[in-house]
Amino acid sequence: MKIQKRSTALAAILLTATFAFAGCGSDSDDGGSASDGGSGGGGGDLSITMLPKNLGNAYFDTSTDGAEKAATEIGAEFEEVGPDTASPDAQVSYINTVAQQGKSALILSANDPDALCDAIDEARSADVKVVTFDADTNPDCRDLFINQATAEGIAAKQLELISDQIGGKGEIAILSASANATNQNAWIDMMESELADNPDYADIELVDTVYGDDEDQKSFDQTEALLQNHPDLKGIISPTTVGIAAAARYLSDSSSKGKVALTGLGTPNQMREYVEDGTVTSFALWNPGDLGYLATFAAAALVDGDITGAEGDSFDAGDLGTFEVGADGVVLLGEPFTFDADNIGDFDF
Amino acid sequence: MSTATATPARTYSSYSAPLWKRWLVTRETAVIVLTAAVILYSLANVPNFDGPLTLKFLLQDIAPILLIALPMTLVIITGEIDLSVASIMGLSSVLLGVLHDAGMSVPAAALLALLAGLVCGALNGFLIAYVGLPSLAVTIGTLALFRGIAVGLLGTTAITDFTEKWADLATGTIGDSRIPLVMIPFAVLAVGFVVLLHFSTFGRGVYEIGLNDEAAHFTGVNVARTKMVLFLLSGVVSALAGIYFTLRYGSARGDNATGYELQVIAAVLLGGVSIFGGRGRLHGVLAGVVLIGVLSSALRLESVTVNVTNIIVGLLLVASVILPSVLGWAGSRLPRKASAAPAGPRPDKDAATADV
Repeated sequence: MKIQKRSTALAAILLTATFAFAGCGSDSDDGGSASDGGSGGGGGDLSITMLPKNLGNAYFDTSTDGAEKAATEIGAEFEEVGPDTASPDAQVSYINTVAQQGKSALILSANDPDALCDAIDEARSADVKVVTFDADTNPDCRDLFINQATAEGIAAKQLELISDQIGGKGEIAILSASANATNQNAWIDMMESELADNPDYADIELVDTVYGDDEDQKSFDQTEALLQNHPDLKGIISPTTVGIAAAARYLSDSSSKGKVALTGLGTPNQMREYVEDGTVTSFALWNPGDLGYLATFAAAALVDGDITGAEGDSFDAGDLGTFEVGADGVVLLGEPFTFDADNIGDFDF
Repeated sequence: MSTATATPARTYSSYSAPLWKRWLVTRETAVIVLTAAVILYSLANVPNFDGPLTLKFLLQDIAPILLIALPMTLVIITGEIDLSVASIMGLSSVLLGVLHDAGMSVPAAALLALLAGLVCGALNGFLIAYVGLPSLAVTIGTLALFRGIAVGLLGTTAITDFTEKWADLATGTIGDSRIPLVMIPFAVLAVGFVVLLHFSTFGRGVYEIGLNDEAAHFTGVNVARTKMVLFLLSGVVSALAGIYFTLRYGSARGDNATGYELQVIAAVLLGGVSIFGGRGRLHGVLAGVVLIGVLSSALRLESVTVNVTNIIVGLLLVASVILPSVLGWAGSRLPRKASAAPAGPRPDKDAATADV
C-alpha cells in the first residue's frame, strides 16, 4: 500500500511540475483579448493565429516571419501553432483550438482542400475570420485566399527571365516534372502560345520539352541528354524546384557552364551555390515572407470590417501597397519574385 | 490462479487485503485521480478550457482512441499486442471511400469496411493463435501490409465527397448537448467489453493467459480461441474507428490515422495495464485515454507546441511504467513486516508489478 501512496504522490508532483511549466505560457495570454476578440466590431483587440502545413519547415518559417512583421505593424497579438506532420487531421485540432480561444482570425495553409471545411465552418461560426495562403481550401469554406502567383504570371516571368539571359534569341528547352502534372503542363502551354504570339520572342525557338519526373537523378540525366541532342541550345527553363536544382548541378560541372542559361522555379537554399558560382543568373518563385505579410493585413482588414471578402473590396497592406479582392475571394500577391545574386542572401528557405 | 503456480512472478491481486483497499488503492484509482486533477486544474487555470466547445472537440478527438483501446486492453492483458490497428483504420477508410465513390451507399460501404477489418483481424489472429507466431512480429508485418494495401488502393489522393447526412452524423452531437453522437456506440461497446473482461469466464481466461498461458491451458481455458476472438474484435473495432475518422474529417486517405497505434498503446499502458500481460482494468484505460486527451487539449489552448506536448505525455508514460518498479525496488530495500509481501518467495519481484 505504501508503494501505491508514494507513486500517487510522485505522480502528483510530476503533474504540478508539468503545469507550473505550462502555466508560464498562459501568463502572456492573460491580456484577455481571447474571449472578447470575436465580439468586437473592430478597432478592439486583434488576435491572429497562423497555422502552416507543419512546423519546422523553412518555407513556412519565412512566411511566419512576414506575418509577424505585419502583426507588429498593425499592433495585433500574433501566434504560430501547428502540427509536426503535414496531415489534415492534425490541423483540425488546431483549428478547433482557435475556435475555442475565440481568436479574431486564423491564417492557414491547408493540408487538404475539403477535410478541413467542417472545422473551419465551426471556427467561422465562432466569429473567427479565416484566410488561407499558399494552399487553399474550397472557396466556400474560407473568407479569403492569398494566392502567391497565377499560372499566367509564372509562365510570363519565366519567359522574361530566359529571354533576358540569352539576349532574346536562340534555342531553348523545357525540363519539366512529370508528363501529366497539371500545373506544369498549363504553364508549358502558356509559354508555348506566348512564344508563338509575342513579337518580342520571335527569335526564340523552343526545341524540346523533357520530363525528369521530379526525380533528382532523372532530371540530371535529362539535362545531359538535352545538351547532347541540341548542341546549339542557349537556355533551359525548368519550372520545378527539383528539376532546376538538378540541371544546375549538371551545368555547374560541365563545359556548358556560363554558356547555357538556366532559369525556372527554385528555392533560394537549393540554388544559392549555383547563383554564387555563376551557373545561374536568376530564377523565380514567390516570396513567402510577402505572402505571410499580405495574409496578415488581409485578416486584419476582415476583422476590422474594412472588407467582407467580396469581389472588388480593397485594403491596404503596409509596405506592399493596396490590394483588391478578385473573384472567389482570391487576393493575388503579384507576379513571381525574382531571386538573383543581389538578393538571395536575404532568404533562408 | 486457483492452483499454486510454480513461478509466482506476477500476481494479479492480493485477495487477503480488505475489499475496499483492493478497489480503491490501485493504479487505476491513481490514474483517475490524476485525470480528475488535470481536468479541475485546467478548468480553473487554462483560458477557454471551460468554453462551450471544449467537451465536444475533446471527445471527438479521443473517440477513435477510446474505441480501439477497448479491445487493445484485452489483447495486452493476454500478453500479446496489436500494432496493426492504425493500418486497419487506414484500410477501412480507403475502402469506405472507394466503395462510396463507386456508387455504394455509406452504410453498405461501411459494412464492407467492417468486414475488411474482421478479415484483417482474422489474419492476425490465425497467425498468432493457431500458427503460434509472436504477435509483435506478426502485427509489425501486417501494420506494413494493411497500410501498403490502403495506400496502394487510393494512391496519394483523397476521396472527400461523402453523403452529407452521414458526414453530419459523425460530427453531430446528441440533441443540444455537447456530447458527440459517436459516444453512443462507444458506450455500448464499452459496457460490452467491461462485461466481457470483468464479469465473464472469458475475461478470467484473458487474465490467466496473461499470467501464464500454459497454466491457463491446463485449467481449461481455450487459449487459441480466446486470442483469435480478441484479434477479431481488435480488427473490427479498428475498422469502426476508421469509418468514424473518415466521416468526421470527410476524407478517405490511405495515410489516415498513421501512428495512432502508439497513441492507443500509450493510453492503455498509462491506464495501468501491464505490457507483460496479466493485469489491468478497463476503467483505468479509459481514464488514461481521457488524461492524454485533456492534457493535449489544455496544452494546445495554452499554445504549448506539439513537441512539448509529446514530451510531457512521453514523460508521464515513462513515469507511470517506471515509478511502480522503482518504488517497489526501494520498498524491498527497507525493512518491512513479513506480511507486506503477499505470496511467493521473491517479494522484490512481486512488489514490482503487484500493486495491491
